[in-house]
Amino acid sequence: MGHPIVFLILATVAVFAAIGMLTSRNAVHSALYLVLNFCTVAVFYLVLNAPFISMVQITVYAGAIVVLFLFVIMLLGADQLPKASSNGGLQYILAIFATAGLATALILQLSGFGDGTAKPESALDASPEAIGTLLFQDYVFPFEITSLILLVAMMSLIVFKAQKRKKQDG
Amino acid sequence: MDWTLGTIALRALGVGFLMSFVVITGFAYTTLLERKLLARLQGRVGPERAGYIPLPRKGKKERKLLGGVLQPAADAVKLFFKEDRAPDMVDTVIYNIAPMLTVIPAVLILAVIPWAPTLLKSSPYPYFAIAPGLQVGVLFILAVASIAVYGVALAGWASNSKYAILGGIRATAQMISYELALSLTVLPSVMLAGSMNLNDIVVAQEGLWFFLIQPVATLIFIIGVFAELQRAPFDLLEAEQELSSGYNVEYGSMRFGMFFMAEYMKMISFSAIAAVLFFGGYRGPFVDQVPLLGILYLFGKIFLGLCLMIWVRASMPRLRYDQLMNFGWKILLPLAVLNFVVTAIGIVLHSEGILNLPLPG
Amino acid sequence: MTIAQLYIPVAVLFGISIFFALLLPILSKILGPNRPGGRKGEAYESGIVAVGNAQKRLPVKFYRIAILFILFDIDIIFLFPYAIAMKKLGLFGLWSMLIFVVIFVLGDIWVWKRGVLEWE
Repeated sequence: MGHPIVFLILATVAVFAAIGMLTSRNAVHSALYLVLNFCTVAVFYLVLNAPFISMVQITVYAGAIVVLFLFVIMLLGADQLPKASSNGGLQYILAIFATAGLATALILQLSGFGDGTAKPESALDASPEAIGTLLFQDYVFPFEITSLILLVAMMSLIVFKAQKRKKQDG
Repeated sequence: MDWTLGTIALRALGVGFLMSFVVITGFAYTTLLERKLLARLQGRVGPERAGYIPLPRKGKKERKLLGGVLQPAADAVKLFFKEDRAPDMVDTVIYNIAPMLTVIPAVLILAVIPWAPTLLKSSPYPYFAIAPGLQVGVLFILAVASIAVYGVALAGWASNSKYAILGGIRATAQMISYELALSLTVLPSVMLAGSMNLNDIVVAQEGLWFFLIQPVATLIFIIGVFAELQRAPFDLLEAEQELSSGYNVEYGSMRFGMFFMAEYMKMISFSAIAAVLFFGGYRGPFVDQVPLLGILYLFGKIFLGLCLMIWVRASMPRLRYDQLMNFGWKILLPLAVLNFVVTAIGIVLHSEGILNLPLPG
Repeated sequence: MTIAQLYIPVAVLFGISIFFALLLPILSKILGPNRPGGRKGEAYESGIVAVGNAQKRLPVKFYRIAILFILFDIDIIFLFPYAIAMKKLGLFGLWSMLIFVVIFVLGDIWVWKRGVLEWE
């Protein structure tokens, strides 16, 4: 199987989508680029022999989270905001430092400086059954914590409700 | 025959084009079926002028046989020859992408539907589908269905027209609300079959269709499909009286037709999925001896599903938007969760030997 | 079967779907007339001249629906691996699943009681 070619094509699309997301002036266009990026990442998972994760990536990220982004964009009216003013030099300097740091880490890792942890663990079993066993048996406690995290997120909704009620009273 | 990647791709190309042509033709005739059946249910005749065979009768006007068989062709020709003009205020790129984003998922969802058992002896696959053997078939459907939201949402937004935006946003909120109930009611079938592969689910229903074990899930799934496809009584995003057809109001020509096509293709594929999950898919008498019968059985079940959708449209009034949301979040979703939990407990107790239930496997 | 053998048909079907998605609008562009002008460029508002921009800010209730949707979606996605592995996991798995679902449902009930699900 032509893995390197598949990888190169996917990587090009993913990077293109990411750049498009950052540079497009319209927030809705950015969200669409993000969907494209998430879908390419899903295909990456597929190529890495993890179809279940791939489908979850599409359902949750591309299908749910970007829908929320779209709603937030429309909620704030961010698609018609005037051109955002840049924070001046500071933003650029910070961005350059962050990029340089990330690049150094990547180059060091890829050139074999580390212990090779960047290599994918090809023997990893990503079948739904294995994931189910891990979640519901081997790592039950951290998994139940996930439920609590979801609960906390749900409570944030009450804030929106409460504000509305105050406005009606006043 | 040697099944290399190349031959697999060629087979997929052939089968893919064949099945999408079948479903697109099916879409065209579903529109006719809808108009005819709806007309009959309302005591009308429906379209009868296009392509009838005149049967002369003595003393009376001629009798029209097969009235309306060419109606879909006439509609298609009309749509193709209309002017395709985008209004000035639209966001051009997204306005053009949105109809494609609705058609692509509608075609892609056909990939996993098992149409019949293996038809050719030389085939390496255990059943006939465009992409057989996907172990995550059920999740594939949910993933593709969740992408389908964008077509509607973006069509409404890009049109930059008040009716379109209202329709698009309503549709998006409605689709995501009912998608949850849909995924929760897919789970019982997955649990009973012990697999997410659609063919495994069909095979597990040998002898006992899952709707007999899971009547509640079947009902919720069907309601969820109605809402997901924006069929009556949940079609208020295209409420003619208030939204003048909603998100696609600024579209014309075949690009309007594409939204239509996606909706009817999804009617067909979701009928097939409902048949697969709860009504035994392609299974029926003598399927093991004559695999080709499987296609007929599945198409028969799809036809019944389509008739149900049209029948409901003829007999149910449209819901109000707050009723729709309340129904989805306060009745359907809790019921689906409860159904899932009860089913899970039942299956585990059965497989542990604590309770003896009439379950497969 | 390898992943490539399984998913190449999906990729091919994706190609077919793009073919159809491009073919239809291009055909109608070629076949249909092209006569710009008149009032074709205006937004449709039942014959009344459109006032103002249509892309207004949305009510916050749609945002609440989207958040709830994501939370439920994540919750349900976790149940799929359970549905596959449930017979192997037995009673222990059942308990961990029940705790997971009950925590979430309790939160849902609380939010419901506080009126977040009301659609006004």
